Amino acid sequence: MSVLVGRSTRVLIQGLGGEGQNQIRRSLDYGTNVVAGVHPSFRGGTKFESFPVFNTAEEAVAKTKPNVSIIFVPAPGAADAIFENIAAEIPLIICITEGVPVQDMVAVRAALAQSKSRLIGPNCPGLITPSAKCRVGIMPPAVFKPGRVGVVSRSGTLVYEAVDQLTRLGIGQSSCVGVGGDPIIGTSQAEALEMFNNDKATDAVVLIGEIGGTAEQASAAYIKRHMQKPVVAFVAGATAPPGRRMGHAGAIIEGASGIAAAKIKALSAAGAVISKSPARIGVTMQKVLREKKLLKD
Amino acid sequence: MKIHEYQAKDLLATHGVPVPRGVAVTTAREAKRAANDLGGKVVVKAQIHAGGRGKGRLVAKQAQTAAMYAKLEASPATMEGAVKGSRVGGVRLVGSADRAQAEAKKILGNFLVTHQTGPAGKKVQRLLIEEQFAIADEYYAAVLIDGALGTPVMIVSREGGQAIEEVAARDPKAILRVPIDPSEGFPAYRGRQLAKQLKMPHATIFQAGALFAGLYRAFLASDASMAEINPFVVTADNRVLAVDAKVTIDDNAAFRQPVATLRDKSEEEPMEIMAEEAGIGSYIKLDGNIGCMVNGAGLAMATMDTIKLAGGEPANFLDIGTVNRVELVVEATHIINLDPNVKAILVNIFGGMARVDVVAEGLVAAIKKYRIKHPIIARLNGSNVEEGRRIIEASGLDFILADDLGEAARKAVKAARA
Repeated sequence: MSVLVGRSTRVLIQGLGGEGQNQIRRSLDYGTNVVAGVHPSFRGGTKFESFPVFNTAEEAVAKTKPNVSIIFVPAPGAADAIFENIAAEIPLIICITEGVPVQDMVAVRAALAQSKSRLIGPNCPGLITPSAKCRVGIMPPAVFKPGRVGVVSRSGTLVYEAVDQLTRLGIGQSSCVGVGGDPIIGTSQAEALEMFNNDKATDAVVLIGEIGGTAEQASAAYIKRHMQKPVVAFVAGATAPPGRRMGHAGAIIEGASGIAAAKIKALSAAGAVISKSPARIGVTMQKVLREKKLLKD
Repeated sequence: MKIHEYQAKDLLATHGVPVPRGVAVTTAREAKRAANDLGGKVVVKAQIHAGGRGKGRLVAKQAQTAAMYAKLEASPATMEGAVKGSRVGGVRLVGSADRAQAEAKKILGNFLVTHQTGPAGKKVQRLLIEEQFAIADEYYAAVLIDGALGTPVMIVSREGGQAIEEVAARDPKAILRVPIDPSEGFPAYRGRQLAKQLKMPHATIFQAGALFAGLYRAFLASDASMAEINPFVVTADNRVLAVDAKVTIDDNAAFRQPVATLRDKSEEEPMEIMAEEAGIGSYIKLDGNIGCMVNGAGLAMATMDTIKLAGGEPANFLDIGTVNRVELVVEATHIINLDPNVKAILVNIFGGMARVDVVAEGLVAAIKKYRIKHPIIARLNGSNVEEGRRIIEASGLDFILADDLGEAARKAVKAARA
């Protein structure tokens, strides 16, 4: 078991520009099963590394039966690529692209609601399941270790940070999901938490939120009502000034619920264990696992 | 991206929102001519990228803004009491074209300080001259993105003319929040329904429908992340007018919007523009003394948080973005180093898409090119980390290396104090 990607994952990559090529090579090296690529300017049927490249997702799906797609198409065309993947009925679409206009995402969300597809991202690091050697994203593979802790995060680099701390303490990961840093995303933190809650390979979850929006409050509500597993949470941006967008389009304090203190309060009240410092996420999880007798030293 | 009130009103008017007659001017002489054309009795409004203009204060020199800001923040109630209709803020009512010229002279070229400008204030370089009218009632309307719903929402209230956050805190029931189905949009009939809910006078229902529908169309057409009319008013003779307007355009949509004509760079921090032109993901100047260079917005925020927890103060937020060019790192280091408050520089890179070796090469080059004297605390991890560490070691330069985030922050705080 794992969350969203695992041994049966068959990856299609859409957008084989420089970065797409680099990243998909690293996924292949890691051991991920990549079955096809889609790029309009390749000659259809050409091979890239070990897999064939097609001009449309429709052809790629018909010939190679992928069940997950990863999108590297630049921002102006990213929504178009998502629509193409929805039309091709790919069950799981992961959009790495940063900078997608928010109104494009309004249209994407409306299309997703009528579709058979789930979207992760955009502006996300993707997914990884270390035990299955399945990397559908851009994470540095070396820091990951197979194990039983799940990670859910709005930020990409904070996934690496948290995972590095866990791995150094000998605590491996079941799966890691970067949901993305934009105001409108395909899959919420709370939905990702639910998947880890239902995953038999996961004992506990690290949740990494940040300022802006109300996603952490929704996660808190889910944790309070349904979560059977311990959650260690960190919320980035406690020191951010209001009214300034901190890089992520979603990370801007525009109302009282957007500030870190409000999110920390909600998560704490729901039963999550708070790591006040991002440097202590690993040790906080270690302590929780010991208390719950989920860690054998 | 923020735009000026006069630009926001032009945009709204294009989409059918009724706005007052008015002209944007840059000199007192133009102000007089505009006032004459509008019949003499006009409002003179300073155009800056910050709210609270009517309750703000003008000072002549940049050196005076910080003291004025401190005074405003110390006693907002007393300062506010003195304002409406007075001759001190950035919004002035005048009875003749000559008075318009005189007031314009007092405002243009001076620095307006409001509770939203921060201590630096904003230099006033442009005025909006508008017709006057007798206001019977003030309302609020805005369209913005609701991330959780994944759709725009229309927000309206009978309590216009004040900060909507304060209304929400005081009386949540005074605010109506209407989700918008993107396939339907916001047709005028829904606007008329809203007007009925707001108990607007029946003679204004039709105009209000046009205002709400036009607001939504303007929001869509301009790729706005937020479009706000605060207040819109019903005049004594039952006209509906958007009296103040604020539109924020989604930076991610800049590639398909007329940014060249809408953007006013003089309203922005020069160092932030410099960072943008160098291709840096995002730079925001803060008040501390520990410069930060980080990849990824989340890790950059977390690095600031860690510095603060270790007893220090970050000098900036800097998300360098995907580092694939040495030059980018050189320029980022240079920009951090330009801040006179900086005493130490913390570099925290966890390479995924970004490459640690490129960062290391850039740091070494920057130190040599810009003769950087500040201690540099480097915490490097992720993609190509071995190669990166080799470059740092081979340089023979005096880096302070840290193995993890906590250690890096502690060392940076210590170095900044030394």
